[in-house]
Amino acid sequence: MLLKIKKRSDISSSEITPEHIYHDRRRFMQQSGRFALAGLGLVLAGCSQEGEAIDKKLQADAIPSQPGPAWLKKKVLEFKPNVYTTTEALTPHKDVTTYNNFYEFGTGKGDPVRNAHTLKTDPWSVVIEGEVAKPGRYHLEDILKPHSMEERIYRLRCVEAWSMVIPWIGIPLANILKQFEPTSKARFVEFTTLHDPEQMPGQQASFGSLDWPYVEGLRIDEAMNPLTLMATGLYGDILPNQNGAPFRLVVPWKYGFKSIKSIVKIRLTEQQPKTTWETSAPKEYGFYANVNPEVDHPRWSQKNERRLPSTLLSPNRIETHRFNGYEEEVADLYKGMDLSRFY
Amino acid sequence: MGFVARIKWVVFPLSLLPLANLVSKAVNNNLGPDPANALTHGLGEWALIFLLLSLSISPARRITGIGRLIRFRRMLGLFSLFYAILHLMAYLAFMLAWQWQTLLEDLYKRSYIVVGAFALSILIALGVTSTKKMMRRLGKQWSQLHRLVYVAAILAVVHFLWLVKSDYTEPLIYGSILMLLLTLRLHKVKRLPFLNR
Repeated sequence: MLLKIKKRSDISSSEITPEHIYHDRRRFMQQSGRFALAGLGLVLAGCSQEGEAIDKKLQADAIPSQPGPAWLKKKVLEFKPNVYTTTEALTPHKDVTTYNNFYEFGTGKGDPVRNAHTLKTDPWSVVIEGEVAKPGRYHLEDILKPHSMEERIYRLRCVEAWSMVIPWIGIPLANILKQFEPTSKARFVEFTTLHDPEQMPGQQASFGSLDWPYVEGLRIDEAMNPLTLMATGLYGDILPNQNGAPFRLVVPWKYGFKSIKSIVKIRLTEQQPKTTWETSAPKEYGFYANVNPEVDHPRWSQKNERRLPSTLLSPNRIETHRFNGYEEEVADLYKGMDLSRFY
Repeated sequence: MGFVARIKWVVFPLSLLPLANLVSKAVNNNLGPDPANALTHGLGEWALIFLLLSLSISPARRITGIGRLIRFRRMLGLFSLFYAILHLMAYLAFMLAWQWQTLLEDLYKRSYIVVGAFALSILIALGVTSTKKMMRRLGKQWSQLHRLVYVAAILAVVHFLWLVKSDYTEPLIYGSILMLLLTLRLHKVKRLPFLNR
């Protein structure tokens, strides 16, 4: 089930980090992570020869290590590459971590990276409730413990008509949900982001149209689809706060706003959840929000996207594909549905 | 050189600073990963700011009693037109990559683009008729025609308000300034003693 290259020809790869550099970087990250942990006395990893072998240029280029809990770092760094990948050029780490929509920290794209340092991600617990046999408040550590980490390189298509290619690290949502034994009445999954205006200054904003906390949802079959990922890492390291640390959803065939960040509650329900953007503007944002070039946003076209980073001289405008190019994996979920009505 | 002429020599280059700033950011790759969006938005915002500045000249004259301020009104208005045209160019070149079909579709389908296009058409008409010669030729009609600037300003704010996804703070700030400037023009308000010198 290897995902194929869609539009290799459309990308001016000179502008973007080539994959092999990233893989070198990843090796570097894993090594430097191990060193960091060794320094903390948590892991024995005395391979200084490997360390010296790292090319100096790469070090200068290296992605800064994320501060965060050591246990989570250790867990995330155990990741294995997964079949879900793409050969499209990755969006550079700098862009992925400095150009974010995370309104809890401000509505400008640069606000989250500036403001998200106030978010405390450790300790972190998640309430699991509703139609499950094992409800309760769980430490993130206990939720992640039974599972192994996978790296998946996914396209991310924002509803604002730009897109990125991002190497996530995480666990399929299906595996996590099964751990809490959903009942037969569980037809939907509702996710909630932390609500704490002191940690999230954007939640104090006065002229916004969104109600807090941020809520998103999936149908149970969407949640159980193998593509649906709960991410705890990015670019070979734990998630930076501005990318939704410590625990976020990634649904690559839907517009980015469905991939809710910094999750504190997962509820399984019989009724379709009332989600944040749908509530704020139901004519513009639906519950499904599947990437669909044939259904325009009422105020702009969804036929094309700007694959970031774009430059003024090469805007990197590419065609948008149905289900963001994951048609083969997910189209069956929507058989017989009128996707222009259920947008 | 008179007083006004000397100040004009300062105001003119100052008015070009926002453009210089945007261009230098663009050249140094400092507009972020989506520079087309940042540039287009920045130019549009400055077009609106200069429009509001030009609308503040008449109330400012009345309040301060400095009649010569009128000499800046045309220049500020023309700078608004200048930034608005650059805003359109950036949109066409960098956002649409000159895909005319998309522009036609946008004009047909998307209200905020239509509203922006109307506002710009008005500014162009006012710019073309802003010379002394045109003023003389149009006589009384000139001031009637140039009242359309109020319509252009309202449309510009609506254009901004309409394209925002969730956070209305910025367009609401510009909208309130415009409301204030328009209120100061109401006959009753105009005659309030503390607003006259």
